[in-house]
Formats: sequence, C-alpha cells, structure tokens
Amino acid sequence: MQTAQLTRHMRRNTAAYLALLPMAAIVVFAYLGTMAWSVRLSFTSSRMLPRNDFVGFDQYAQLFGTSRWLTSLENFVFIAIFFLAICFVLGTLLAIFIDQNVRAEGLFRTAFLYPYAMSFVVTGLMWQWILNPDLGIERTMRNLGFSDFVLDWVVNSDTVLYAVVLATVWHGAGLVMALLLAGLRGIDTDLWKATRIDGIPLWRAYAFIILPILRPMIITSLVLLSISIVKMYDLIIAMTNGGPGTASEVPAKFIMDNLFERANIGLATAASTTMLVTVLLIIAPVLYSQYLGKKGTTA
Amino acid sequence: MHCRTSVVAGTIDKIKSPCLKWNRFHWRFWSISRPSKFRAAKIDLVHWGGHMFHKTRLMAQTAIALAIGATAGHAQEAEVIHFWTSGGESAAISVLADAFEERGGEWTDNAIAGGSAARSAAINRIIGGDPSTAALFNTSQQYHEIIAEGLLNDIDDVATRNDWDNILPAPIVDAIKVDGRYYAAPVNIHMPLWIWYSSGALEQAGIESPPETMEEFFAALDALQAADITPLALGGQRWQENLLFSAMMTNVGGRDLWTGIYADKDEEAINSPEFREVIETFVRLKPYVDSASPGRNWNDATAMLIGDTAGFQVMGDWAKGEFTQADQQIGVDYNCLPGLREDAPYVLGGDVFVFPRTEDPAQIEAQNLLAETITAPDVQVAFNNLKGSIPIRFDVDVSAMDACAALGMEIMGDPSRLVPDASQMMNEYVYGSVQDVVTELWNTDMSVDEAVERFGNALQN
Repeated sequence: MQTAQLTRHMRRNTAAYLALLPMAAIVVFAYLGTMAWSVRLSFTSSRMLPRNDFVGFDQYAQLFGTSRWLTSLENFVFIAIFFLAICFVLGTLLAIFIDQNVRAEGLFRTAFLYPYAMSFVVTGLMWQWILNPDLGIERTMRNLGFSDFVLDWVVNSDTVLYAVVLATVWHGAGLVMALLLAGLRGIDTDLWKATRIDGIPLWRAYAFIILPILRPMIITSLVLLSISIVKMYDLIIAMTNGGPGTASEVPAKFIMDNLFERANIGLATAASTTMLVTVLLIIAPVLYSQYLGKKGTTA
Repeated sequence: MHCRTSVVAGTIDKIKSPCLKWNRFHWRFWSISRPSKFRAAKIDLVHWGGHMFHKTRLMAQTAIALAIGATAGHAQEAEVIHFWTSGGESAAISVLADAFEERGGEWTDNAIAGGSAARSAAINRIIGGDPSTAALFNTSQQYHEIIAEGLLNDIDDVATRNDWDNILPAPIVDAIKVDGRYYAAPVNIHMPLWIWYSSGALEQAGIESPPETMEEFFAALDALQAADITPLALGGQRWQENLLFSAMMTNVGGRDLWTGIYADKDEEAINSPEFREVIETFVRLKPYVDSASPGRNWNDATAMLIGDTAGFQVMGDWAKGEFTQADQQIGVDYNCLPGLREDAPYVLGGDVFVFPRTEDPAQIEAQNLLAETITAPDVQVAFNNLKGSIPIRFDVDVSAMDACAALGMEIMGDPSRLVPDASQMMNEYVYGSVQDVVTELWNTDMSVDEAVERFGNALQN
C-alpha cells in the first residue's frame, strides 16, 4: 500500500519536475550563472573588457581604499536604518489609524498608498523640485515675505541624506500601511472582544497581541523595503545625483558609474559582489527564522 | 514581413525589413558559435521550402533579395552609433549623414541618448560579434583598450591619403594615432574651458572691460556680488566642478603644470607651490557661487547668464547653442574669453568616430568612405557651425564662423598653446578618481595639504 503510494507520488512528481526544468535552467544560467560570472570578474583586472588574468583580492583592496565607496557604504547604512525605522513606525501607525473605522477611509487609503505607485525617478525629481532653494518651498516662503526662511536640505552636504530619507519614506510608508491594514482586517473580532473583557489598554493590545500575530506581514514589508534600499539608484540619480560632492552616494550608483562611465568592470563587480555578500548575510537569518525555524517548532 | 524564419532571412542578408537586425543577429549567432550547424540549417531550407506556406514566403523573400541585391553592390551601408540627440546635435549629424549619402553611402542611424550609454552599447556589440560600422567616442583614451585588443579597424589609408599628420593639431593626432596607425576619425574640436560672461550683468555691476587676468577676474566677481548678481554660475555636478578646476589649472598653473600633472603625473609638480595655488584659487571661488548650485544642469547655469542673473560661467563651446537658441548675439548680449592670461593653454577635446573590426570588404569600404566624408573640409565647416565646435583641420574657410569659433581657430594656429584634454592623458578610471577628489574638494572643507595628498593618490592609482 505504502510503496504503491510512493511510486504514484514519484510518477506525479516526475512530471512536475520535468515541467519545472525550463525554469530551473533559466534560474541556473540567467540568475546564478550571471552572478557567478560577476563574482569571477571581480577577481580579474578587467577594465573596459572582461579579462581572464586573476589578480586575487586586488580589486577589493582598491575598493576599500576608495573613499567614495566607503562614503556610499556609510550612506547606505544611514538610509537603511532611518528609512526602515521611520517607514515601519509610520506605516504601522497609519494602518492602525485607518483601522479605527474612520470616515472617508477609502480616500485616506488611496492617498497614503498613492506615492508607492510612482517610480523612484518621479519621486526623486518631485522632491528635488520641492526642496530646491531656487524653485520649491524656500522660494515660495521667501516670496511670501519670510526673507530669512531656509530649507536647503537637498543642496547641503550635511542634510542631504535626511532629504533622501524623507523622499523614500514618503514613497514606501504606504506599502507598509497597506500590508498591515490587510493583516489587521484579518484579525478575528473575538480577539478584540477578549482584550476588552480583560481590560487590556488599546496600545498594549496592539503592541503585545496584535503585532506579534501580524509577524508574517511585518517581515514581508521589511523585506520589500530592504530590497528597495539595496537597489536604490534611480531615486538618487533623479534627486541629487550623488551630490553635493559625494554626500549622497550609494553603492548601486558607485557600481553603475564604474561599470559604464569609468570602464572599470573589475572594481564594479568587486563592489557588486560585496553588496551581494552583505545582502546574503542579512537575508540568511530572516530566511532561517521564516522557513527553517518554523519547521523546528512544528516538528 | 514576418520574422520567424530567421535562418532563411539570414541567408539573404540584404533584405531591408524591420526585422533585419534581429535576423542578422541570429544569423551571426549561428555562424559564430556553430559553423557546421549553420551549414546544416542552410540545407534545411529545402525542407522549410517544402511547406506550401513557407515556400511562398521564401519565394517572395528571394525575389526581394534579388531586386535589392542588384543595387546593394553600389550603396555602402553604414550603421552609425552616436549620442547626438538634442536639437542642435541631431541637425549637425544629419549634415554628416547627407554628405555620406551624397558620396554614395547609405547611412543607418542608431542614436542612443547619453554618451556612456551609447559607448557601452557600441562596446557590447563589438564584444558580442555584431559590431556597428562606426561608433562615436570622445577624443580620449576611452577606445584605447579596444584598440589594444585588436577590435578596431585602422583607417590609415584615408589618413595617409589626406595627410592627417600635417593637417590635424598635434594633440588630436596623439589621441587617435596608436602604434603608428590611425584608429579614429575626428569630427570636431571642443575647447571645454571657455569663460562666458553676460554683457548685461557686467554692465549692471559697473564693470567696463572684461577681465584679462586672474586679479581682474576676482575684482569683477566682487563687483557682481556687490550688485547683488550671482557672480559665477555653476552647475554643482561632478563634471562641471571639474571643468572649473581645470580652468584654474590652465589659467593659474599654466601649460607646464597641466601636462606635468595630468600627463606625466609628476610628483614634484603635484607637490609644487604652483599646484597649491591652483587649489587655493579654486577654493576661493566657492563664495561666488549661489546656494542652489548643487545638481544644477549646465544649460540652466547658462540660462542664468542669458537672463543676466549671473555674470560668468566656465563651460565648453557647446554653451553657444543655448545662447543662440535664446536669440543672443555674441559681443552684444554675451561674450567669450579663451583664458585669463596671454598664454592661457587652449585645451583640445572633441569627438571621434571609431570603426569596429570587420573582415567584410564592403563594410571596410564603407568605413573608409565614412572617415573620408566626415573629415572633408566642406562637411567640417557645415557640421561644426551647427554643433558649436570648430573644425579639426586648419585648411578650411573660417569666414562662415562666429566670432568665438574664429577666435578659437586663431589660437589653435599657435601650437605652443595647444594642450590635450585631461581625458586624453589618462585612463577613464584614473580620471574618474581625480574628478572625485575635485568634487570633494569643492563640497567639503578639505585642507590644501589633504587635497594635494589625495590628488597624488588618485593620479598614481
């Protein structure tokens, strides 16, 4: 009985595996293959054309001796921390706020989610205009008579990163809101009744009961936000182009510049390999807790 | 016409159809990676033709192929990758295309916006084994690596026939002649370090004559500031900050320092008091730039001169295009200064066409015809008037040129003032690091000592 079941299972799976073969081939060649190729190039002295002379970790030594790369890493960490924290807190609060059966809920939902529908290029350009002293808020306020009004975040090396965080939060907070709102709507009303009967204050109910239940939603939104930070390139190009000076450089822009403008494939692939390893190091624990960890508890 | 019969179309390469490029790519792919398979595929045609549906299609294609094939022997088809997409630029490139077609060629235009995007497209096509006939590059070292890899055809025939050794300025010859052979055809010369000024703004500030020395320049900047006009219009982007720094290098440091640092990467020159003075003068310009400068585009900075809200701008001669479009007259509304000292070096930059390697005699002929056409004197004048640059050769009629171009031509006659553009003297990645130092110097409070040290590191890379 059991062996018959097993063979049937196997037969069914063979068909499934066959059907998956093209996709597996694409994954191996188009994704993993190109990744391996990039990693391989990062150990060569390639400049404009790919070469095959291996030079060990020379490119990495050069990379970490380049102040622009170090600046871009610092900026990356800064943006990641502030963006994730603010976006998450703001998105959660918005979701909770909308979940209170407010009037015109649809309007609020649309308004908050709308920024996410825009591309990073549009977001970047828009905020660049808003914050530009020549065109935006500063000019408007001065024209209104406040002649000392200053809002020069985007042209000031010390504050430009806050401007970038502002734009990204504006862009991403709606996504967190939408995901968490969906989660909140899925909470059983009996649970709310129970907390009320037990006399648990609302904030405690959210912090210790509801949000832990929403864990999968929270992790999904954090992963999505993290991805948008790692690949952040278009926003920087549109908003500051890495400036003033190198004050808002990000790793993705460093990679693109070296790959295309400076004909320095070796250095660019070394930088992208560094990013790949960093992302894997961050994502690995998340994946572990999501998939493997869960298996451990159910077993 | 449908594209699915890629192998069929590959054998009759000359068909002009929208699918041609796609088909040709497939054909090349087959022929390069698996020659034997390709032959097998060719035989397969019989089988393909056996199908009624395919048969009619094949016959139709063959008929067209024969019809076009008869004339294709005469027209030399050239696919040209370039990055001239703005209004004035595309007007200028159509001069080249028309002249090429007049001489019996057939121009296939492949414009890609953005210099680096166009160059990487061209290089990818070369590496992929499907190169264009010609591709546009800057007069620099951008293409020296592909020459070293043997991926470009030389155009020595054309160069010798036209005596390029003697009719072209030396810095241009140095940039395009590698190991005694010419590998690129220059189309224009840009001087990237012109100093433009708004006559109206200078008048409002009570400046009677344009500055001729660095002291007078700073005095003029002070006067403009006193008159509440932005003294120096600068777009705070890496390359523009770099132009400004280069202008200080040539006007404060002079020719020897320019070549000593950028060409020889001489440590003594880098640590010299002259270079420190260049850095100090550059930093001294900071207060004369308005706070909204970071990120501004060069043409927006030029617009400040056009609107008389700024006094000076350091920018290449392409800025003339902006003035012209705004109906401004040289000498009336604005004017140009080639430098701030009698012997200010004249920096030669510009654009060149390179010709990717091919064995096809028809393509080689097209490449030679293209090189011949774009360097011809009449084409040069017509093209450069639209492009805002100056011709690459001395033996042309200057009467049709504007005042600034004519001044540039005149200065170009003095070989002692000519220097190559910085990008011609070092690899792109080295120049990139130098630009990083300049932009950090401009945007942070870097000390002169630190700047000197960082320049040294960047150049020695």
